[in-house]
Amino acid sequence: MAIEVNGKSYETDEEGYLVNLNDWNEDVGAELAKTESVTMTEQHWEVVNFLRDYYNEFQIAPAVRVLTKAIGKKLGPEKGNSQYLYELFPYGPAKQACKIAGLPKPTGCI
Amino acid sequence: MAGPDSKPVITAPAFRDYPSIPALQPGATEGVRCYVANEKIQEALGFPGKLADNWQETHDKAIGRMGELLDKYRSLRVYMDACVHCGSCTDKCHYFIGTGDPKNMPVARQDLMRSVYRRYFTPAGKLFPNLVGARDLTREVLDEWYTYYWQCSECRRCSVFCPYGIDTAEITMAGREILDHVGYGQKYSNEIIGKVHKIGNNLGLPGPALIDTLTGLEEDVKEETGCDVRYPVDEQGAEVLLVTPSADFFAEPHIESTIGYGKVFHAAGISWTFSSKASEAGNFGMFIGNYDQLRKIALRVREAALELGVKRIVVGECGHAWRVAYAFWNTLAGIGAGANDPFAVELQKQLDPRYKQPTHICELTWDLIQQGRLKFDKSANDHRRITFHDSCNVARASRMGDYPGGQFDIPRNIIKAVANNFVDMAPETIHEKTFCCGGGGGVLTDELLDIRVKGALPRMEALKRVVDDHDVNFMATICAICKAQFTKVLPYYGYKSGMVGGVHQLVSTAIQLGNEQ
Repeated sequence: MAIEVNGKSYETDEEGYLVNLNDWNEDVGAELAKTESVTMTEQHWEVVNFLRDYYNEFQIAPAVRVLTKAIGKKLGPEKGNSQYLYELFPYGPAKQACKIAGLPKPTGCI
Repeated sequence: MAGPDSKPVITAPAFRDYPSIPALQPGATEGVRCYVANEKIQEALGFPGKLADNWQETHDKAIGRMGELLDKYRSLRVYMDACVHCGSCTDKCHYFIGTGDPKNMPVARQDLMRSVYRRYFTPAGKLFPNLVGARDLTREVLDEWYTYYWQCSECRRCSVFCPYGIDTAEITMAGREILDHVGYGQKYSNEIIGKVHKIGNNLGLPGPALIDTLTGLEEDVKEETGCDVRYPVDEQGAEVLLVTPSADFFAEPHIESTIGYGKVFHAAGISWTFSSKASEAGNFGMFIGNYDQLRKIALRVREAALELGVKRIVVGECGHAWRVAYAFWNTLAGIGAGANDPFAVELQKQLDPRYKQPTHICELTWDLIQQGRLKFDKSANDHRRITFHDSCNVARASRMGDYPGGQFDIPRNIIKAVANNFVDMAPETIHEKTFCCGGGGGVLTDELLDIRVKGALPRMEALKRVVDDHDVNFMATICAICKAQFTKVLPYYGYKSGMVGGVHQLVSTAIQLGNEQ
């Protein structure tokens, strides 16, 4: 599978996750969001950028709790909860936001 | 309700007025197949990357492997021979109840392999295949195996009702092992096993991320309770090594139980540690029926225990991990008597003589409660009306405490000690007759959501009764897969995701830590 962005083709896996981490840029992220029927706003990008920064440091997406806490610190306590994240990414912040951020899908009993 | 990547739209079956046998819908789930592992994933585990180009080669390899398994596991041969098609098992499988697909009847799932067994391994089937329901192994048969052996959660409910005790899970495991052996593996399970070997856990959570996450937990618990509850990693000389599913570090509601584990150790004054090497209790080697993987994954726990010098090994809230720990760790890794290689002997010498076997976290907590070493404010759980879902591997493949049925009583005893409102679901849906959550045994993957939702039907019906009759609003369980599965499927049945949680989540809510600083 692959997605087309600005005339260039990017490889994705069976579930639509980007195969090569380094292929990602904001245009690719926006296209991945379209496949998820998510309309990206500034709030969405804040989460996606946090995920990418965390991944760069730790080679894994943050735990949901780490994510909500970081968002709460940055954007205020009223947004530091998983409900806010589910409003942005209805299919689950871990899997859906990771896909848009071009990160591998978290696996395991989650 | 369905998410964007679940096409076509997935819906839950309607609740039934009475639990009746569903009308047959042949082929209903023949199209529900999980992703096949790619070459990279397969080869990392030492399996062939893909099916051979020529069918004869695949055929011979599969039959050869089947012969080896029949010789190695006497049980498998007995299960192949013993079935008399009495029908006791037919309506006992949650996937059959939820989908109506006759191939999801346990007897039919067994017959997928039994028919091939008869053709190649019995005189009658070799001579008169048509008379005895024997069939050649063809590509179509192999595909059918892949589809339906990955629609079984290896929960073993059917075996409780089989007069011969035929264990469909063991047949499913053999089927999956043969499939792996010919290069036809499942992406979800095999990718996860690869991560365990490479990184240490199913999630792929590296040590630094684990430490970062747990440091954050310490801050949160300090803020909440004022106490310095610790969540240590790789602490040399700790008394207890706690091995728990990596989802307990990552997901909701799992992490709430992790918080509870730490509070129990803190309140009891027991020194403990997680290990970054054995940062996973789960052992998907069992799901794919592969002994070498099962052993290799189990040995990480022994290595970690030896390195850290711990006296006792405790297993967190994970259903199949407890089966592996309780039933297999002894001979696989020397945790418990049985193995006699030098490392196993060394570990047995190192462990506290009272705790040579692994302990379940519920056994540990219940012991402490009985000794009066933990104090609770039960009213802290008064906003909850609680029921308990027995996880299949704990209920039917293990035990807790020192008497039969301890695995049913101990988690419930804990809940009753920490909360005021507890009610059980209907007797035919709990204890050894418990229904699988619908996501166990390696089927907890998004592309199987359709059968996961449908397979949850009988549990959801039992839950509905206690919700309607007793206003239950919390279903406790002690398995990471159950927690993840229910979080996902509850909304399809009109319930909130947050309704499911861990037993140690309830402990965490009520435990009194005191202000000892």
